[in-house]
Amino acid sequence: MAITAFLTDSTLCIGCKACEVACKEWNGVGEDGLNWSGYSYDNTGAVGHSTWRHVKFVECAPEPGFGGNAPELNSWSFSSDVCKHCENAGCLEACPTGALVRTEFGGVYLQPDVCNGCAYCVVACPFGVVQRNPDDGRAFKCTFCYDRQKAGLIPACAKACPTESIKFGEIESLRRKATERMQELQRRGMRDATFYDASDSSVGGTHAMFIVRGDPRTYNLPPKPEVPTTYLKKAWTSSAIAAGLLLAGSVIAFLSENRSNGR
Amino acid sequence: MSEMPKIRPSAAEVDSDRELKLIEIRREAEQRGAVAGKGVRPAGAPFPMASPETGYYGIPLLKEPAWTWEIPLYFFVGGAAGAAAVMGAIADYTGADRKLVRDARWIAAAGAVISPALLVSDLGRPARFLSMMRVFKPQSPMSVGVWTLLGFSGGAAAAAFAGFMRERYGPSLPLRVIENAGQAASLLFGLPFSNYTGVLIGATAIPVWNQNAGELPIHFAASGVSAAVGMLELLGHRKSRALQLLGLGAAIFESWEGWRIESRQQPGLDPLKRGTSGWITRAGGVLSGPVPAILRLASLVGGRKNQDDFRRWAAISSIAGSLITRIAWVHAGHVSARDWRQPLGIG
Repeated sequence: MAITAFLTDSTLCIGCKACEVACKEWNGVGEDGLNWSGYSYDNTGAVGHSTWRHVKFVECAPEPGFGGNAPELNSWSFSSDVCKHCENAGCLEACPTGALVRTEFGGVYLQPDVCNGCAYCVVACPFGVVQRNPDDGRAFKCTFCYDRQKAGLIPACAKACPTESIKFGEIESLRRKATERMQELQRRGMRDATFYDASDSSVGGTHAMFIVRGDPRTYNLPPKPEVPTTYLKKAWTSSAIAAGLLLAGSVIAFLSENRSNGR
Repeated sequence: MSEMPKIRPSAAEVDSDRELKLIEIRREAEQRGAVAGKGVRPAGAPFPMASPETGYYGIPLLKEPAWTWEIPLYFFVGGAAGAAAVMGAIADYTGADRKLVRDARWIAAAGAVISPALLVSDLGRPARFLSMMRVFKPQSPMSVGVWTLLGFSGGAAAAAFAGFMRERYGPSLPLRVIENAGQAASLLFGLPFSNYTGVLIGATAIPVWNQNAGELPIHFAASGVSAAVGMLELLGHRKSRALQLLGLGAAIFESWEGWRIESRQQPGLDPLKRGTSGWITRAGGVLSGPVPAILRLASLVGGRKNQDDFRRWAAISSIAGSLITRIAWVHAGHVSARDWRQPLGIG
């Protein structure tokens, strides 16, 4: 079975939100309110239990003048965010029920019939993707359209994308495509184009890769995401020391009491 | 006719400031292709911008913990119960006062019943608690913790129940086996159970928690010890030298921990020092550290009557301090998750 991935190219995104709509449509994800955020045209805010694709509307000024911007105007770029489907996934490691699994396509899939809503995956995700649905009680996130992939179809968001900003395919060929695209953008003078897949961190790369303009932090993409299992050794060592101290302390305390009582 | 809206301004209006402003805007637009006057700025301007300094409009990158009020309470109950089980078992093995052994077991057994109830009621799908028992995942502190809790609960409840039956109906071989095996299990599982919650929150993506991953388990163990000692003292064991020693040790450690938090300069630790979460942390720290430490030291030098009073107040302060400390850490985690600067490496 081919290991698959997304490549989301924000230089091609037109901010139509077709991916958000297609995702909700196919996966039957409920609506999540109509609130005006005041943050450009983004009234969704972030991915969560009811938003598995989310289009970011980034108003900023990276190298104005390229990509159709007048030099004196701020640039306006869009980027469709999604679960990163990490190579070392914090949520997957943290899940105590085995509800979160790695699929044969390399994605991270949450089995809703197993999840008991302990919410530990929520605090284990370094990208803030997984969220507990307060009404339902379980955690939800992007399924990587596991059902569609099983049937040989491409994920709903990629299928609905009118500009092929969301590319889907075999991961190695997508990486090559990303490299080619980066070279092309550089050639055209868009020197601030940046490739992001977190492969230089403990996350070890993602199955959702991005090409954005300027600093990825502008898109809420963390420069150094850490899978929480990296803290385990330190924490369990401390736990062992604590247990040793408690045991030794109790023994010393109660032995000294007996001696003072003259036994 | 006089009610008709005026289309053309009268001469007086043309001279007014507002009309002049419109003419000025028109001239500026003609000359510069854009208008930068304050008068034409909509409410809320300048518009929010995304940047490497402000992140994505300052929208939090991480998700806040979804745990409800049961979880900090569980940290408190579990910590105290685990420590009480260890102290009770050691007291038994070293031949200490029987009543102390029995009371420690009852605290452990109470925790063994309350803890799973709190955990289950926090689940989004409480009926699916059994899903936890499908697997054992050493890399998941939640999975390790659940199995530890099960072992601890079984052991502590069995020891207390068998002890109660023995006292009531006289000793017998099966009761002795259950009592001893239960006690051994509660000791074995009680050691990690008293502090694993520190690992649970330490090994997460929440900055204020994972930046303290190496200290939280010891901190939580000390907090659990001081709460367990306090509970035993309130049950009347205010003459026990062993409890005094353990309580003093925990209070001194908690004082040092409080000082460490206050003195370390690291932006990720702000939720422990600033704002509401900072003051809750401080309150918990003072009540678990310096206050019981001073009261216990005072009880060493005071008269017999004062000694008892000092230890009673030290016990009350320790218990309150332990509970507030757990609430403070969970609250700080919420504040930390809302701070988008930490995970983006800003500031």
